[in-house]
Amino acid sequence: MHLTRDEEKGLSGEYGEATSAAYRILVAIGEATDAEKLVPIKWAHVSGVNYNTIGDSGLEFLREISKDGKVRVNTSLNPMGFDRENLPELSPEFIEKQFEIARAYEKIGVTPTFSCIPYEILPIPEDGTQVSFAESSAAVLANSHLNIITNKESALSALASALTGKSPYSDLRINENRSPMVEIVNETDLENELDYGLLGYFTGKTIQKSCTGICNISDNTDMWSLKSLAAGIGTSGSCGMFQHKKPSKFTEKVNYGKKEMNETRDELNTSEDGQLITFGSPQIGFEEMSKIHTLMEGKKFTKPCKIFCPKSVFCKAKQYGIIDSLQRSGVEFISDACTCLTPLIDKKNYDSIITNSVKASYYMKTSNKVSVALMSLKSIIKGYTV
Amino acid sequence: MRFDLEIKCKKIVGGRATGKLLLSKKPINFLGMVNTRSGEITTTSSGFERQNLKGKILVFPNSIGSSVGAYTIYSLKSNSVAPNGMICTNNVDITTASGCAISNIPLAFIDNQRYDDLVNCIRILGEPKEMEITLDTEEGKIFIERKSI
Repeated sequence: MHLTRDEEKGLSGEYGEATSAAYRILVAIGEATDAEKLVPIKWAHVSGVNYNTIGDSGLEFLREISKDGKVRVNTSLNPMGFDRENLPELSPEFIEKQFEIARAYEKIGVTPTFSCIPYEILPIPEDGTQVSFAESSAAVLANSHLNIITNKESALSALASALTGKSPYSDLRINENRSPMVEIVNETDLENELDYGLLGYFTGKTIQKSCTGICNISDNTDMWSLKSLAAGIGTSGSCGMFQHKKPSKFTEKVNYGKKEMNETRDELNTSEDGQLITFGSPQIGFEEMSKIHTLMEGKKFTKPCKIFCPKSVFCKAKQYGIIDSLQRSGVEFISDACTCLTPLIDKKNYDSIITNSVKASYYMKTSNKVSVALMSLKSIIKGYTV
Repeated sequence: MRFDLEIKCKKIVGGRATGKLLLSKKPINFLGMVNTRSGEITTTSSGFERQNLKGKILVFPNSIGSSVGAYTIYSLKSNSVAPNGMICTNNVDITTASGCAISNIPLAFIDNQRYDDLVNCIRILGEPKEMEITLDTEEGKIFIERKSI
């Protein structure tokens, strides 16, 4: 990969150790993806914030980076382990280390959004803008629905792009690579957001290419379903983009029928019931919050229910009276965190949970060792309210 | 008796490392499937549960899933339970490349032809766990050796 003189200086350490480390990461990715050059990006979204996932070594790395690192573009931040303004009963050590991670990011100039749906709380740049999104669900959604361009970045590559304002020009950043060479042909009735999540998980697991076509899904798919589809793809594979399209004669096809849907559900559905209902992986946006509120019609949940959402969505819903109403229905709100990999739900506290998120289901089972009953939002409200 | 095979590879992260071969035919989600304290693969879906990454040369298609997997690779290195080297056989994804770059773990790519050579070598030489691999990405070569049969 060709580097300009200025980029060479950054790599050699003339602009500090953090910038040098960032260029080392970008050069390795350039080699891996056969990039010819680096291109400017206008927005970075960084993951690797939750102490539960990055641990002491991640904290130590960020301590070093924050000594002389500064972001060069607007940079937003993924969720951390808990709500900053509503401290949970976690160990003082966990809480202190989590706050130290947050401070390290703020020190280098990252905006403390603590959200995995930055596209719902910050303005979307104009079509075709190059960004660098680490959160896998956000990267897939950015390419597929938001008309902005990113590769499926890693926590470290997005941080490197934040620190340099650049990313290797490769893969999905190049227009020719954004046309699918393979298509998933849906043959099922996709009735709800869970069905879209299952389709996404199957797609990610099946398609080994960066871009896939998905045929026979509705033109009017709502945001919750699109987020579920993107999160499913991001969880199970390396694919970074789907294109909603009609079947093409010239493209390799994979059918997704009832059998494939049931097999995917059987893999992710690991419990018949659960002790806790959770919504939010990816976090709940305002539209979804309103939908839950509308469907509840003042009823009460018969099991504890946690909703994970960005702080800004919580504040807006509070203004509209939605928060107070849902709290009366038994909902507990947690901002700044996400169901996926939260330390607030683990095998010490729960054997099983109920959720409509395939992403939460995967990480709850594999990392938190908690079983999951997968149900759609409507099924959950029908089955667990009075 | 001694068998040797030399396979060309593409350097992604420079370095030389030796270790026993750990071959996965399925992609790995580092965040969901690996214990960063022990180096163990903790789920069955990768096809080699109860295996440990520590000191191995990990040969696998690519990583999948969470972007935080890059920190998982770094944590493995910090906890001294990382693979000594990695070789991707499908594509070198950004998570693996960035994780190895910051952890100074030699990383290489081999294409389908080279991968077939590797698999054929394993078939001839027997149990993969008994094989020692030297990955020299600066030379662009992988050396496979079985000490004795």
